[in-house]
Amino acid sequence: MSTPAWLAVDRLSLTEGGTRIIDGVSLQLGAQRTVVLGPNGAGKSTLLRLIHNLLHPSSGELRWARVLSQAMVFQRPVMLRTTALANVIYGLKLKGFTATESARRAQQALLRVGLEQLAKRPARLLSGGEQQRVALARAWALEPELLILDEPSASLDPASTREVERTINAIAASGTRILMTTHNLGQARRLAEEIVFIDGGCIAEQTPVAEFFQSPRTSAAKRFLEEETP
Amino acid sequence: MHEFNEPFFTAWQLVAGADARLGDIVLLSLRVSLAATLIACVAGMPIGALLAVGRFPGRRVLIVLFNGLMGLPPVVVGLLVYLLLSRAGPLGRFGLLFSPTAMVIAQAVLVTPIVTALTRQVIADEWTEYREQLRSLGASRTRAAATLLWDGRFSLSTAALAGFGRAIAEVGAVMIVGGNIDGVTRVMTTTIALETSKGDLPLALALGLILISLVLAINAVAYALRGWAQRHWG
Repeated sequence: MSTPAWLAVDRLSLTEGGTRIIDGVSLQLGAQRTVVLGPNGAGKSTLLRLIHNLLHPSSGELRWARVLSQAMVFQRPVMLRTTALANVIYGLKLKGFTATESARRAQQALLRVGLEQLAKRPARLLSGGEQQRVALARAWALEPELLILDEPSASLDPASTREVERTINAIAASGTRILMTTHNLGQARRLAEEIVFIDGGCIAEQTPVAEFFQSPRTSAAKRFLEEETP
Repeated sequence: MHEFNEPFFTAWQLVAGADARLGDIVLLSLRVSLAATLIACVAGMPIGALLAVGRFPGRRVLIVLFNGLMGLPPVVVGLLVYLLLSRAGPLGRFGLLFSPTAMVIAQAVLVTPIVTALTRQVIADEWTEYREQLRSLGASRTRAAATLLWDGRFSLSTAALAGFGRAIAEVGAVMIVGGNIDGVTRVMTTTIALETSKGDLPLALALGLILISLVLAINAVAYALRGWAQRHWG
């Protein structure tokens, strides 16, 4: 790793109902854009939730080089029954911004995801792709140092997926670290600098993106790529 | 057949003629039950939301308790409030017994568990959907409860409505603490009970018709409101 790690994951485990979902994961995250890949049920989402502190590990620990402000975007966007703008403002107010500052930042965030014309529309009546972009705006407005995304375009059509990717790229360009999962290998190739491949709750390999897609180091990753590639 | 029809006819005349005595009774019913429902919502909805999202010792016991109290018999509530408010009772010096205020108190006690339990159910369903997002944004549990109360405002109208339906339709509690005093504490249900036992069926029937129409109308409005909200906010 050329860049120093901003997070060291040390022998992290999570057991739920007798099942080891995450099984002794150790990992140094230093890349600016990391994509976690792996088969269904490998523990990708769980790993992200542990890092985002939504879940608490059964054992092991996270060692941050310094504490990073975080935001997370989920597979299914959760919108409050109010306008798109008010949804973005809500997140800002929780972080302690004043009403005027929240409104200003929220408007700017919607502009950046290209939804300023939908600001006053009820968020839940927007299309799935538009809702996900509101969720991205809500996260971006907080200007997090680390943005975690759990399959952000899993249920979206190709056009919406492109918009989501464009936004993720723009957020990364503003200096935010990106840590995400996806089932879309093309997306992983386009967005990642580094791939973390996880299988059965364990890290199988951690490889720069070009190398991963050309010649994965482990047989598990090789099999995964063969199965997932049409 | 004629004898069976006659009360209906007289009842209709009372309603159509906007009989003053009838009007007073209906108005008092509405005032008492609306006030009781309002109090029950102000108290019960925050409690219900905190029971849904909170984590504190005794939470499960409270949930079971409020669910159980939904079926509280009105006469028992009436009796308890009567004991509280009677001359020798702890609140006796306020002289509230046999007043509309006493009736509001009794109905509020009766209805609060209903509003609380139904609110908890609505908010618990929302919480499963919103939980991770709200925690990710850094909302405390109290803040999350407040957010979900506002977000679930249209679904919660059902809880308020169920409470109001219970209040306006019960006899036992208002009868005991109100005393059914003509012109002072006589409401629709107590009048129906009294007039029926006296044999004055037209007035009882007229009130019965109004009571049913009222409950149906309020339900229709609430149904329309939820439909509108669904289309407008999703």
